[in-house]
Formats: sequence, C-alpha cells, structure tokens
Amino acid sequence: MTHAENRYYVPHDSHWPAVGAVGLLFLMVGVSFWLNGSSPGFWVMLAGLAVVVFMVAGWFHDVIGESVGGMYNQQVDMSFRMGMFWFIFSEVMFFAAFFGALFYARNMAVPWLGGESNNFFTNLLLWEGYEGSWPSNGPGNVGGEYEVMAPFGLPLINTAILLTSSITVTIAHHALQHGKRGLLYVFLAATFLLGYVFVFLQAEEYIHAYQEMNLKLTSGIYGSTFFMLTGFHGLHVTVGAIMLTVIWLRAIRGHFSPRQHFAFEAAAWYWHFVDVVWMGLYVFVYWM
Amino acid sequence: MTSAVIDAHLSEEHHGPAKGIRRWLYTTNHKDIGSMYLVFSLVMFLVGGSMALVIRSELFTPGLQFVDPAFFNQMTTMHALIMVFGAVMPAFVGLANWMVPLMIGAPDMALPRMNNWSFWILPVAFGMLGSTLFMDGGAPASGWTMYPPLVLQTGDAFPFLIFSVHLMGLSSIMGAINVIVTIINMRAPDMTLLKMPMFVWTWLITAYLLIAVMPVLAGAVTMLLTDQFFGTSFFLAAGGGDPVMFQHIFWFFGHPEVYIMILPAFGVVSEIIPTFSRKPLFGHDSMVYAASSIAFLSFIVWAHHMFTTGMPLTGQLFFMFATMLIAVPTGVKVFNWVGTMWRGAMTFETPMLFALAFVVLFTIGGFSGLMLAIAPADIQYHDSYFVVAHFHYVLVPGAVFGIMAGVYYWMPKWTGRMYDERLGQIHFWLSTIFVNLTFFPMHFVGLAGMPRRIPDYSTQFADFNSVASIGAIGYGVSQLLFVYIVVKCVRRQGETATDMVWDHPKGLEWTVPSPAPYHTFDTPPRVTEGATFH
Ligand SMILES: [Cu+2]
Repeated sequence: MTHAENRYYVPHDSHWPAVGAVGLLFLMVGVSFWLNGSSPGFWVMLAGLAVVVFMVAGWFHDVIGESVGGMYNQQVDMSFRMGMFWFIFSEVMFFAAFFGALFYARNMAVPWLGGESNNFFTNLLLWEGYEGSWPSNGPGNVGGEYEVMAPFGLPLINTAILLTSSITVTIAHHALQHGKRGLLYVFLAATFLLGYVFVFLQAEEYIHAYQEMNLKLTSGIYGSTFFMLTGFHGLHVTVGAIMLTVIWLRAIRGHFSPRQHFAFEAAAWYWHFVDVVWMGLYVFVYWM
Repeated sequence: MTSAVIDAHLSEEHHGPAKGIRRWLYTTNHKDIGSMYLVFSLVMFLVGGSMALVIRSELFTPGLQFVDPAFFNQMTTMHALIMVFGAVMPAFVGLANWMVPLMIGAPDMALPRMNNWSFWILPVAFGMLGSTLFMDGGAPASGWTMYPPLVLQTGDAFPFLIFSVHLMGLSSIMGAINVIVTIINMRAPDMTLLKMPMFVWTWLITAYLLIAVMPVLAGAVTMLLTDQFFGTSFFLAAGGGDPVMFQHIFWFFGHPEVYIMILPAFGVVSEIIPTFSRKPLFGHDSMVYAASSIAFLSFIVWAHHMFTTGMPLTGQLFFMFATMLIAVPTGVKVFNWVGTMWRGAMTFETPMLFALAFVVLFTIGGFSGLMLAIAPADIQYHDSYFVVAHFHYVLVPGAVFGIMAGVYYWMPKWTGRMYDERLGQIHFWLSTIFVNLTFFPMHFVGLAGMPRRIPDYSTQFADFNSVASIGAIGYGVSQLLFVYIVVKCVRRQGETATDMVWDHPKGLEWTVPSPAPYHTFDTPPRVTEGATFH
C-alpha cells in the first residue's frame, strides 16, 4: 500500500448503497401501509429496517477493513471529518425546525389565540375566555387537564448525567491520544453507560408523565413540542450511545492509534452535539 | 493536456467500468453517477411535463372538459413535486457530479459510495410518490407546498407523500455533503478558493443551503405526519398550534430552495458566457460575493410568500424590504454577465444562445419577483396566475435553460461527439418562442385576477389561456427534439469533439481528452495561469 500516502483512495464498486436503497424502500413503504391501517405493513417495515441495519453493518465493516488495511491517507481522513461535521450540521437544522415550532407557538400562536397583537376578535369570537399563556394545550383544552413537567428532579439529574458523560468522553479521548488504553476503556464505557442511564430515566419520566400527570403527546401544543423535542433527542442519545459502544468494542480489539482515530472522534462529536441540544432543551422546554 | 494523462492501464487498482446493470447499481464513479442523475432528471422532466400538458389542456378553454377538478389538483401538485425534486435538483446534482471533480482536478467525489446511495434513493422516492396516483383518494392534491389543514385531507397517499419527501431530503443532504467536502478537500493544490470556477463556487454555496434547509423541510413534514397519525397539535389552533406556523417552517426551507434551483444555473451561465465572448468573466470575485449575499439573504425573506396570512405590519415591512434587497446582488450578477460580453468576440453556438436567453428571461422573472415583494401589491397578486408566470420564468427559462445550456456546453466532453449544431439551434429557438408564448400571457390573466390552481376560469381569460396552452404543447414537443439530439450524441453519432471542444475555453475540464476517460486526475494537475481566468 505504498501509494496510500499520496493517492486518494477511491473505493471499488460497492453493493451496499443499492442494498440500502432497497432497505429504505421496504422500510418507508411498510410504515406507510402500516399507518394507513394495513397491519402487514408493520412486518414489511421491520424487514426494511433489518435490511438497513444489515447495510449499515456491512458498509461500516468494509470501511473499517479499508481503514485498518491502511488505504486511507490524511486527505481521506479529512473527507470523513468534514462529512461528519456537515452531517451534524444537518441534524442541528432538523432540531432547529422543532425549536422554531416551540418558539413560534410560545411567543406567537398561543398569545395570538389569547387576543394579542391584532387578534382581539379571534379571541372574542372564537375562543372567548382563553388566556394565551405558556404552557398551554390550547383553547380547546386538547388532551384534557395535565400537569407541567417540573425542571428539577429527573430532568436535572439527566442534565448532570449528560454533562458528566461529556467530560468522561473527553477524558477517554485524551487517554487515547496518550496511549493510555486502560483509561480509555474505562472512561469510554462510563460514557455510554451514562448514556443508557439517561435513556432509561427519560423512559421513566415519560411513564410518569403518561400515567400520573396526564401529560401526553396529544396534550395540545405543549405536549406536542415537549414529546417531539425530547423524543427526538432521546432517539439521538440512543444512537450516540450505540455508536460509542461500537467504538468501545473496536478499541478493545485494538483499533485506533493515538494519531489515527477518526471514528472515535466522530462519535465523540456526535455525543457533544447531543449534549448541546439537551442544554437547549433543558433551558427552553423544561425550565423557561 | 499532459497533466491529464491517464494511467488507467498502469494501475492495478483501476479497471474500466463493470459490465451490464451491475455497473450502474454498484458504481462509485462520479461520471457514471452524474450520467444516472442526468438521465433520471430527463425522465422526470418528461413525466412532469406531461402532467403540465394535462393542466394546460384542461385550461385550453373555459369550462371543465378533460379531467375532474380533483385530478386537476393532483396534476398541479405532482407536476410541481416532480419538477422541483425530480427534474431540476437532480439535473444540477448530475452536472456537479460530472463537472466539479473535473473542474477542480479531483480523482472523484470525496465520498464515492455515499454518492451512489444519494442517487439510488431517488428512484425509490419517486416510485413511492408516483404510486400514489393509483391509490384510494388519488395522489396528493394540496399543492407542492403541502399546507395544512388541506394536505391532511389526502387519502392513502398521505404517508407516501411524507416519506417520499423525507427520502428526497436524505438524498439531497448526502449529495450536498459530498459536493461540499469535494470542493473544500479535493481541489488541486494550486487552486485557491478564489481561483475556483464560478460553477464550483455557486455549487459550494448551493450545497451549504441544501444542508441548512432540507432538514427543516423534513421537520415540517414530520410535524404533518404526527398531526395526522399521532394526535399532535402543531397546526391545530384548538390545541394552541397554528396552520400558519407550517407556512413559516415550510418557507424557511422554500425560499432558500429557489436559490438552490437557480444558483448552479448562475454558475453554468458564468462558465459559458466567457467562453463564447472570448473574455474572462467580468468581476469574478464580486460574483462570489454576490452569490454569498444572495444565500445569506435567502434565509431572512421567507414570509414574502405569506403576506396575505395576516401577519403583523412590522413583519410585512421587514420581509418586503429584505426581499427587495436581493435585487442588489442579483443585479451585480446580471451586470457582470453583460460586462463579460462587452466588446467580446462573441459567437452564438447553442450553449451561448441558451445562456443569453437565460440572462434576459431570468431577469424578467426577477422583476416580477420584485413586484410580488411589494406587500400591498402582493395582496392583489397573491395566488393569481401572475405568481405562476413569475416562478415559471425563473424556473423554466431560468433553471431549465441553465441546465440545457450546461448540457450542450459539456456534452461533447462527456460523449466525445459534437451535438448537431443545427438541431441544437432549432431546439433553442423553438424552446424560447414557446416558453414565452406559454408564460408571458399568464402575467396578464394573473393581473386581471385569474386565480391559480383552479381548473375553470371566467371567459374573459379565454384568449390568453389558449395561447398559453398552445405554447405549452409546442414547448413540450420541442423537448423531444432535445431527447433526439442527446441520444444521437450518446450513441456516438456526429462529429468527433476535440479535447478543447470550443475556442480555447478556460478550465481544467478542457485539459482532459474527449470523451473524458473513466478515471481522470489520478494525480492532481498543476493549475497554470493559462488554464484559469486569473
Ligand atoms: Cu421566496
């Protein structure tokens, strides 16, 4: 692999993208049929999901093999870094849409239904007596009376957990850079374990909300924004924790050198991104 | 020339293309993938065009004749979705795939496997979308903007619509990441950012816009999905939500989207006009700054699509003035194109004809856009045929002519054959005459009050509408000539193209042989002063 130094590695033909496209076809068609009330769609969806998971595993297997085989030079490494950066940026914008919905609902839609700005008659004729104040499940009291999620207690513990995990992943990174493998294994494991604990506590919180607070996805705009924002975030924490787990397994097998460890860094960036989104959530969804 | 010597046979790593269908399914080659994008786009262009002809046939005379109103609405919706996401965007991605590595001296796109995946998601997305035509309740009929609550009345097609939009977004985001990484990381060593050709520059900005706004669209349609199936209240006033909120989120995506569809066309035209004027591009750097300003401004003007929704006066004023501000960098661009031609030794081959028509006709679309930006005037124009005239001027003789110009310009490099110049010019004149016949009368009926998206109209609009319909059919049929010209080139009929193709065009793409070999720039070329415009 002498020319790996100077030549950009362009991979051979790969069947994984085509497999991925077929997987997405089954996944998306399946979930569409299922939502339309046809139950076999559920199984088609699962089959599609299985194909997608198989594709991701196979694709990464190839990439890891090439990486370990020394096919990638600095420039390829840089492509991966930039690709990951822009992928995270796209994720930020996805969350931005839901944060935007939250801000719009809080500061515009709800006050306007309460008659603010030029909406006096909207309030008088359509929603008389509704005071547009946040949090709200709307003038129609959609979903019935509910309790608001308090910012202290579980959410605060979860904040502490995620912040701690951001520190542990940084320690793990430094350990990797200085060749302290034992420290790396411990702190990387601590990071994803904290992630799983976070997801577990979040599930507890949801159960509590549904069973005791009557706070549901269907509780008007407050319930919608609360569960969609925290739900998508929880999904990302899960994905990030799985990524870190895979990195941990790879590290134990001896992958990653103090100088070359892009996959570790990608997962760590993703983890920090998930952390930052949580800070936004904690402030704007729970606290304010 | 020598910098592009291809050592395909010297390297065991490089073999030619695989045989048969596997080549296209599994390929990681930017030229193969670019070709697939372009062919896919052409097919979608013809499918979406047929739908437009259904619309124009129905509107040929007043009254209801061919289709029932529900199907008419399905046609307007599907026509738009197919043209925007299936024809225009993939065509530009195809051009980027082919040309960006050639123009910056890269061996391929930065992430070749993901490149293949971006493409193959598209047939899945449009297969899903197309299948809705045969479903209970028919295809989506809410308009491509998918406003709730109307879109929530879609039948079985609804989840298919949402998920096909998700897939298109996924494809675009991955395609854009690839373009951006390629441009930033894969340039030949001497090619500094300000030495980059304009097409590469405009695509860099476009890719940034795509990554910034496609996820927002995904968020918007996800909210539609959960409102429909999981009981959320994002767009339900009783629950504290607001249907107008969808419009805000949608247009936060939608306005940058129009620049996503036009900036690469600016790039193509900025390549072609210098070549056929035999002069460097006038004000190259100011073109870069203008395109960047347009991209920035495109994020803060979205509510000009919503002047009639009852937004506060301050909002109307802000969005009006911000929108008008875009005329300044756009004016810089038009000025620079004209400045490039000034005292140039001009010739008028087909690519140049399309580029010139682009400058004139896109500008007409730009001016009607300025009229629409005036909030008080827009209250009359809104949802009338004037709007239809406006965005078709920027999209057909704008974006589509830009694509056509690019295809004629680079096709000899792709196929190694010159297209038939006489037929190309006939195609140009037919397209230009018919496109104006189709869309210019729409300004008049729109100003006189004819609403869009309605299958019937008052008899006073009859004459202009039949003219528009004749124009549309003429334009549609003329495109078959384009298909013929392309097929002829691809089948290696016609004169052999030289490596340079045109009269000393600048840019690295002209230093490789025609047709461009399967692998180019295995080792980065040297960017000499003579090869670029700077
Ligand atoms: Cu706009």
